[in-house]
Amino acid sequence: MSEQPDTYTASAEVGAVRKRRSRLERVGLLLKSAPPSAWFGMIVVSLYILVAIFADVLAPYGEAEIHPIPFAPWGGDFFFGTDQIGRDVLTRLIYGARNTMGIALATTFLSFLIGGGLGLVAAINRSWLDQGLSRFVDVLMAIPSLIFALMLLSIFGSTITSLIMIIAVLDSTRVFRLTRAVAVNVAVMDYVEAAKLRGEGLGWIMRREILPNIMPPLVAEFGLRFCFVFLTIAALSFLGVGIQPPTADWGSMVRANASLIQFAKYDITAAITPLLPAAAIALLTVAVNFIVDWFLQKTSGLRE
Amino acid sequence: MRTSTGPLIAIEPAEPGKWRQDHQSTKGNAHLNAVLSTILKRLGMGFATLFVVSAIIFSSISMLPGDFSEAVLGQAATKETVAAFRKELGLDKPAPVRYFEWVGSVLQGDLGTSFSGRNASGQDRSRKVVDLVMPRLWNTLFLAGVTALIAVPLALFLGLTAALYRNTAYDRIVNAATLTTISTPEFFVAYILILFFASLWPVFPSLANIDASTALGERLYRVALPALTLTLVIVAHMMRMTRAAIINLLASPYIEMARLKGASRSQIILKHALPNAWAPIATVIAFNLAYLVVGVVVVEVVFVYPGVGQLMVDAVTSRDIPVVQACALIFAATYILLNLTADIIGIVTNPRLLHPR
Repeated sequence: MSEQPDTYTASAEVGAVRKRRSRLERVGLLLKSAPPSAWFGMIVVSLYILVAIFADVLAPYGEAEIHPIPFAPWGGDFFFGTDQIGRDVLTRLIYGARNTMGIALATTFLSFLIGGGLGLVAAINRSWLDQGLSRFVDVLMAIPSLIFALMLLSIFGSTITSLIMIIAVLDSTRVFRLTRAVAVNVAVMDYVEAAKLRGEGLGWIMRREILPNIMPPLVAEFGLRFCFVFLTIAALSFLGVGIQPPTADWGSMVRANASLIQFAKYDITAAITPLLPAAAIALLTVAVNFIVDWFLQKTSGLRE
Repeated sequence: MRTSTGPLIAIEPAEPGKWRQDHQSTKGNAHLNAVLSTILKRLGMGFATLFVVSAIIFSSISMLPGDFSEAVLGQAATKETVAAFRKELGLDKPAPVRYFEWVGSVLQGDLGTSFSGRNASGQDRSRKVVDLVMPRLWNTLFLAGVTALIAVPLALFLGLTAALYRNTAYDRIVNAATLTTISTPEFFVAYILILFFASLWPVFPSLANIDASTALGERLYRVALPALTLTLVIVAHMMRMTRAAIINLLASPYIEMARLKGASRSQIILKHALPNAWAPIATVIAFNLAYLVVGVVVVEVVFVYPGVGQLMVDAVTSRDIPVVQACALIFAATYILLNLTADIIGIVTNPRLLHPR
């Protein structure tokens, strides 16, 4: 540190070594400026993550434990009642958070690995490779992804591995487009040229020169893609071709208990049971969207 | 649309670069040709995409792991039955030959034969895919059509009024409501509607089971809830994008000019901004109708509506590949054609291309 003069001089201020705020301080300041909607989103997402991590501790029963009474009412031993074969709904909801979110997160990471990696390579290379990849992605994007996923699932079967692989590959097309679009602007910069001239490899240029400069849009996209993947997996599970029982999952829970809705007149709580997992899905998506909105506004001053 | 673009272009084109470009080529013919060639180029690209997509869908059958003829016919299938089945699928011929035979028969309306209904003894009770798909296709188109008739005018109205009264309470309420419906899964919306309108107050049926003999009035009554669900899902997107397209334009100089000369707010939106916004709005509408094609799958399953989407899900569950292929081809083709239409509308309604100087 430089010595502190008693009087103010402009040259002293310019000359003084500026202390950088620590990462923690910066995060604290950033959080202070967050609007209520973003706070709401962050609280909801942290709650979901906590539930997912401590599912074993929080859940009153085992994930696939079957009790003698199917469709038991709310209250008593079973907080939200039991489902069609007598599994505790609250337990399934808690484990569902872990399974559904875990699979969605793994899929999103994989799709960013594939799409982001190829997008960066295409942006740096700009040769036949770029052309080929871009046209291939155009064709893949011309098929609605839910339909394509259904077709591929019918071929490879509905295992969790194939589910993750298929959705990751289909979703990576969107990531590829975005990464390539933002990376192309950075790849023509002088410092990238300089790195190339001093003989850095492709991996270095991707990770150290370009990636740090395109992080904000990619992070925002990660949130949005996560929502999209999450909804796709929920929809596929709801259709019965996604995550298979006995693994607890929100999409298939909705489908399994849907028949309870017709008893709404006699017992409103029974009718709400199938809506609980659906509401859990909706709440998480809304929360993530709120955070992404705020993040986008912060990083790019983007409005509308 | 064509006539309404007249007064707008007289003021000033939005991009200065385009101005110069338009100025240089003074011959009207050249412009018409430019429009035509752009359209032809786009059409060619669309059909090329369709070709490649059909090739991908076709090749999916050869990606099947193992010898699926045994899986379909059962383990007890005799060698002759398996051989006959393989021959029927054309697996004894090279792939490109099979592809062109397949495309040829699809173009003639023959989508192959379903896998289900076969067994080991060689008895064949399977049905033609066309017979399975065609009646259901009409049902799906009916549902999508009803939805589009409600959703498109509603979304345009909401989008225009939200742009007109932007930053007011009305705008904010519409925005918040649409953001919520965008982030909710379709089946959540569907079940909430069922809970209120079919269970608590039974005004509409929760099952939309219709067949060929159902009269039009009865049909409309039965598809009310599925159509309402789809409407809620796609109106949100369309409305937001209409609003964004209009507000984007409001920043351009020619709108400021109109404002300065004293045109009223609604006049500016309807006479000055809207004609230039047709292209993005048309894209949004077509994109959402294409989305409708996909959203229909989940909604059909919720309401047990006999459409192509439900057929496809059933076929995926039973791994009935010919039916899956046919459905995928129909969905993909509709999607591509709708996007193609959107682009062409965008080209045709572009005032800069239509009114050469």
